[in-house]
Formats: sequence, structure tokens, C-alpha cells
Amino acid sequence: MPEDSKHILSSFEADLARLRDMIAAMGGLVETELDDAITALLTHDSALAASVVEMDAKVDADERAIEQFAVRVLALRQPVADDLRQVVAALKVTTDIERIGDYAANVAKRTLVLNQSGTTWPLASLSQMARLVQESLKSTIDAIGEADPVKAISVWRADQMIDDLYTTIFRELITYMMEDPRNITACTHLLFIAKNLERIGDHATNIAELTYYAATGQTLPEARPKGDLSASPASGPAT
Amino acid sequence: MPDATAKVKSEPAEALAEPRVSIRNLSFFYGAAQALKSVSIDFPDRQTTAMIGPSGCGKSTLLRVVNRMYDLYPGQRAEGEVILDGENILAPNTDINRLRRRVGMVFQKPTPFPKSIYENIAFGVRLHERLSRGAMDERVESALHKAALWNEVKDKLHASASALSGGQQQRLCIARSIAVRPQVLLLDEPTSALDPISTLRIEELIAELKQDFTIVIVTHNMQQAGRCADRVAFFYLGELVEVADATQMFTAPREKRTQEYITGRFG
Repeated sequence: MPEDSKHILSSFEADLARLRDMIAAMGGLVETELDDAITALLTHDSALAASVVEMDAKVDADERAIEQFAVRVLALRQPVADDLRQVVAALKVTTDIERIGDYAANVAKRTLVLNQSGTTWPLASLSQMARLVQESLKSTIDAIGEADPVKAISVWRADQMIDDLYTTIFRELITYMMEDPRNITACTHLLFIAKNLERIGDHATNIAELTYYAATGQTLPEARPKGDLSASPASGPAT
Repeated sequence: MPDATAKVKSEPAEALAEPRVSIRNLSFFYGAAQALKSVSIDFPDRQTTAMIGPSGCGKSTLLRVVNRMYDLYPGQRAEGEVILDGENILAPNTDINRLRRRVGMVFQKPTPFPKSIYENIAFGVRLHERLSRGAMDERVESALHKAALWNEVKDKLHASASALSGGQQQRLCIARSIAVRPQVLLLDEPTSALDPISTLRIEELIAELKQDFTIVIVTHNMQQAGRCADRVAFFYLGELVEVADATQMFTAPREKRTQEYITGRFG
């Protein structure tokens, strides 16, 4: 929040602060969920992956609590202007954060399956992509906490690189599958994992847009960075 | 509301968005104290403009200027221009009676005359027009219909107006104002003395009346400004800080002072 004077009604001030804290806590939880899911994937740690799957229930509970609280603020405070934008953004942001949690949990579930297959796969590109997604999510959560539109824009821009990497991984995995059909099961899981990470990047972008709107009252332009070319005809396997 | 334009036949449809009242560089003084500082604002035809701002910001003063209410008080004077249909109503030769017929006003507290419901409305009409008894009956009925009061009072038109509830009295005052067929209706906190349901009835009425009149409402109730008004003007210390359509004003005001006031962070 830019340096504003405080609300005359201190309990309203406290409500808005509590809403920000709840979102920061939920965001922090999902950050941990994603970090653990990626560590579990890269280190083949099934126990850690299982704990991520369990963690997701807490994220869902957080989402419900924030929704209830935001609805209460709307009903009792009838916020306007930046306060209204903050509460509306909170409602939408929690949906995005919850989806990110789902994708992280799905990465963990697929890690469990991959670990059972007993084979290992080159994870360099995936690891690189995961790092970018982690950074993006972290910046997004920070941007919400600080109501920082500049940081939000940087997340919004960075999504392009995540999409590029996803396209690369897509092509790489298809090549492995063509080389040997026995790779198909594992590669499909890896492909879904990459897709999950790519989707997390998209949700982080959504959150960045909402944060920008809440802070400034302006919407970012329609044309969002979109670099996932895996659905375009030119993205066949590298030859 | 597709038939909104049909009711006022004398106005061509393309003139709808024209300002009915244009205020230019208006300053106002209570003796030595300046209450308005060079304010310029338009009140568009058949739209509702709400004026908001903390007490003493000049919004009620501005309302009082538009029908020259201040003329009654020595030591009060206005500078600048208030153009109503091309005519500067601040000019000394303005016919005040004619002006007040064209610009009606309703106050914070209902102010019915100690007369019958019927006479409350007929009294003002008689000052300006000579109507036959039948025509007067029609005028009274039509004004009560427009003020959404007819069904409640049609069987007791000759009963005393002071027996009505506060909300009914306020609607009677609105009926009285519109019976003389003004062009502009000024409402100075018209619901601040009313219960929530009566308030909503008046707000519903404002939405109806907007089809025929240019409405300017002063209110301390921010939600009311949002519900009633097409445009909202924020005043502070005698200055017009910001005027914008209601959606813009309550979702993303441009001025920091506006934002701080409407979100309750002022001072």
C-alpha cells in the first residue's frame, strides 16, 4: 500500500490488515508446497512428496476461511475505491493460489508414481523451469503483501520465459517417447508435471494482474505474455 | 428505460446529454468567509449528479446558489456564472419567482405546510398558474403519482399533511416541487431524517424522476450517492476536487483526497 493515512474506523483498518495477513499466510503455505514438490521430484523423495499431498487440504481450508472473511468485510464495511479493490482482488487471488496448490500437489502425486518406476530421467530442463516458477510465485506473493504494482508487472513479464521453457521440454519429451515407446508412461507424467508448472506460472500472472489492479485501479493490457507454443503446429519433436 | 425521452416532448433526443445547468467560476461569500472557490461544473440534463464532501465543503452552498436561496440573506454574495438554458441566473435582473419555479428544492427535513395534502401541492401551482378546478385536481394527482405517494393518500387528500409519516411528508415535498413542473430539482440531504425503507423509496423515486428532470442531490451517505447518481462530485474546503461517473468514483477515484474521503481515511 502506498503511504496512505489510516481509516478513521480502526476496526476496519484491522479487518483489512487481517485479510492481507491471511492471504500472505496462504501464499506462504503454497510456496512451501511448491518448493517441497519440486525438491521431492528432483531428489526422488517419496516421503516429502506424500507430505505435499497432505498439505493441500490446509490450503483448501485457508481458501474457504479467506472467502468467508472477505464476504464478511463486504457485507459489514461496504468498502469502496482501493479498499473495495483490495477485497475483490483478495477473493480472486485466493482462487488462483488454491489452484497453484492443486498443481503442486499433482506434481507430488506424479513424483510418487515416477519413483515407483525405478528409472531416473534427465531433469535439467525441468529443474530450470521449476526454479523460474518458484521465483515467479515468490515475487507474486511478495507483491501482494507489499501491494507493489512494479513487482507485479515484473512477474507478468517473466511468464514468457516459463512458457518458452515449457515448449522446449515438450519437444524434448516427445523425442524420448519416439526413441523408445517404453518411455511413454514416465515421459507423459513428466509432461504433465511440466504442464502443471506452466499453469502455476499462468496463475502467478493472474495474481500479478489482480495485484496491479488492486494497487492502481488500472488493468494491465489484454495482451498477456503467452509463449506456450506446444499447441501450435510447429512444435513437433526436434529432429 | 426506453420511454424516458418520450415524456418530455419539447426536447430533441440528441440534446439529452447537454448540460442543463453550467456553473462557471462560481465563488461564494458569507460576509468575508469564502465558501466556494471558483467552482466550475455541469449538471447534465436528465441525469442525477450527487455532491459529496465533509461538512462545510460548500456542497449545500452550491445548491443554494442554483435557485438563489441566498438572496434572502444580507451579506451573502455569489460571483461567477450559473447558466440555466443559456441565461445567467446570477444576473441582477433575473426573475426570482420564475427561477424558483424552474428550479425546485427539497430540504433535509420534510417541510409540509400546515394545510391539507391537496393544498400543499395546489398552493405552489396557484402562485404561477391559473388552473381550472379540474385541471388543478389533475395536476395534484399527477404530482402525487410521480412522487409515488398517490396510492397512500388518494383517500385522504383533504386530511392534514402533518399527519403523514416522515417519509410520506418528504415525498409530499417532492410532489409539491414537481407540481410546478421545474426543469431542475435540488435535493439537500433529502433522506437524512428518514428510516432505511423510506430512504429507499425516495431513491427509487429519484431514479424515476430523472427521466423528466435534472436532479442534483447533496448527500452524506456515500452508498446513496453510488446508488442514485450518474455522476458524483467531491468537494473539499470550497473546491471541486473531482467529478466522475459514479462507477469510476467508487472503484478507482483519480484524486488521492477523494479516495481518502470516500474510504473513511480523512484527516
